[in-house]
Amino acid sequence: MTPSERRRAGTAAPAASREPLQRAEAPGRRELTLLQAVTEGLATALAEDERVIVLGEDVGKNGGVFRATDGLQERFGPERVVDTPLAESAIVGASIGLAAAGLRPIAEIQFMGFVYPALDQLISHASRLRSRSRGRYGAPLVVRMPYGGGVRAPELHSESAEVHLVHTPGLKVVVPSTPADAKGLILAAVADPDPVVVMEPMRLYRSVKGHVPEEAVPTPIGPARVVREGEDAVVFCWGAMVPPALAAARLAEERLSARVAVVDLRTLAPLDRDAIGEWARRTGRVLVVHEAPRTAGLGAEVLAIAQEEAFWHLRARPRRVTGPDAPFPYFSLEDWYLPDAQRILAALEETLAET
Amino acid sequence: MTDLRRVVGPAGEPLHPDAVPLAVAKALLRDMIFLRAFDERAVALQRQGRIGTYPPYRGMEACQAGAARALAPGDWLLPTYRDHGAAMIHGLPVVEALAYWNGRVESYRAPEGVHVFPPAVPIATQIPHAAGIGWGLRLQRSQAAVLCFFGDGASSEGDFHEGINLAGVVRAPVVFFCQNNGYAISVPFRLQTAAATIAERAPGLGVRGERVDGNDALAVHLTVTEALARARAGEGPTLIEAVTYRQGPHTTSDDPGRYRDPEEMARSGLGDPIERLTAYLRAQGAWSEAEDEAAREDARARIQAAVAELEAMPPPEPRDIFDHVYGAEPAWFSREREAFLAGLSR
Repeated sequence: MTPSERRRAGTAAPAASREPLQRAEAPGRRELTLLQAVTEGLATALAEDERVIVLGEDVGKNGGVFRATDGLQERFGPERVVDTPLAESAIVGASIGLAAAGLRPIAEIQFMGFVYPALDQLISHASRLRSRSRGRYGAPLVVRMPYGGGVRAPELHSESAEVHLVHTPGLKVVVPSTPADAKGLILAAVADPDPVVVMEPMRLYRSVKGHVPEEAVPTPIGPARVVREGEDAVVFCWGAMVPPALAAARLAEERLSARVAVVDLRTLAPLDRDAIGEWARRTGRVLVVHEAPRTAGLGAEVLAIAQEEAFWHLRARPRRVTGPDAPFPYFSLEDWYLPDAQRILAALEETLAET
Repeated sequence: MTDLRRVVGPAGEPLHPDAVPLAVAKALLRDMIFLRAFDERAVALQRQGRIGTYPPYRGMEACQAGAARALAPGDWLLPTYRDHGAAMIHGLPVVEALAYWNGRVESYRAPEGVHVFPPAVPIATQIPHAAGIGWGLRLQRSQAAVLCFFGDGASSEGDFHEGINLAGVVRAPVVFFCQNNGYAISVPFRLQTAAATIAERAPGLGVRGERVDGNDALAVHLTVTEALARARAGEGPTLIEAVTYRQGPHTTSDDPGRYRDPEEMARSGLGDPIERLTAYLRAQGAWSEAEDEAAREDARARIQAAVAELEAMPPPEPRDIFDHVYGAEPAWFSREREAFLAGLSR
């Protein structure tokens, strides 16, 4: 079946723009896209704390390649919203210095696929400046980066590289899947005393809309979000995998009469061990979904926690629905590469059939 | 090397006797005598198994003392692993330098009011940090400046170019101080780059470049002092290449006999930095045998006190593994620590 055939069959979710997450505008409830919520989060942080500066490639005059920083330079000036040279290691490395000197930098890496030159700065320095200086200096910096596939981007623009970051003690990693969390996680990240990477699902930037409080309501770093309750199985997911997981859970109810819970982990480091354990115990059937390749992906850790916390409650083998162990392909192939509702539903069927 | 800036000639001859006051020159000589004594003692402690692997800076004392003494008290120093000499001059307690090389957590935590970053270990990564610190100081309208140490090997790294380039764009008050000591472990400078000097990279990065005799403490001190003044005045960063010579091995685990001709140091024409400044001050009648002996005795006493303090430290605590990982400790992390420690005590 080709992706378009799947779409016609009504089970695929190749691009989230086709996902039924858009809610009708309710009176008195202001709705923003995830992208608008990011911008509002940044504007709120800049307005609330004069130590905050936003820096990165094209974030100033151009407002960012996705327009995530649109209008911020005009409003807060070129000293606080700064176009930097095209140098990822310097952007993160200088942010470490800015943070140590008392500022609250929010750096942007244009795409997560371009973060690799800065990994040394994130892994060797941002994460451990506090411990290397025995508490003398911290690195309270935020690094935002759009990640993931599904928007027909050129190659190396669609990486989902969380696993390189979550293995580093001292580094926190968060991923919103709703506009309210996009704003709330940015606010929590800026307030955190330690470095936080915010992975932004570019596939959801303009395809989801939702209520976002006008005031500053931080989303706490750590706790997962229960998207859908259910007692027969649980799907753990994050970011752009939340809509297809939810679609699969709904299909499971329609076609299999199964009640499937969906848990949006939203903080990838540190993982919410309690939520993973609780939902594994409650359902006994565990699935994890991610875009990144399977081997040593974060799904392996999620399933290890589920087994450590709930081994004797499990009624079926834990399962992973992930990208294959192949490089992220050119975009004409990405709908096959990325997990979609169909594949998640198939895995749910397997796990529900197991006794 | 004819273009090296010098105040004192290779044999101590006064080339510009009024450039640096005698009192400053004498203070620098005392610093260097202390640094040499520390370095020799640390190597001995390593050989005796009383500290771990140690990277000697022998021969580079003029760079470390000359540059670090140019800093004002509130300025920031970013040393590499071989620059604990500079760090001690800027205010890092001597015992903390020793503790670092003995793998102890009681190390490299500069006292309040003294800004010394943890030593850079992956090469050149501190250069973007220095750019950011300087940028942050400028945004906060501070008068403080930044001195960032690195070596000739670092000039081949991406972070060298990324960091200095960015510092130039934002006019960060930073002095990028390269100790070109001729070697990156075993690789000589001629294999590091086809460029004749490090200083000539400066125009390409849009910053001012200077090249100085790194074994001439007075020339180093003068050059760094001027560069810091320009930085504070908003004139942006300077890249200084201080040409020196690493007299010892890369570390106590290294055998330079495998890659280096023992006659090479004599051929460098740089001489020994302490002998040079001593000869200079002697020729001016400003440094007596008694002053020399007093400086050595003072150094010995300070180092002995630090060694005694190091060796009186209580045994390391496994609990310290978990210290300072998070600014606000998450509950799961505390649980993991307690479970880990409980496992150790079973």
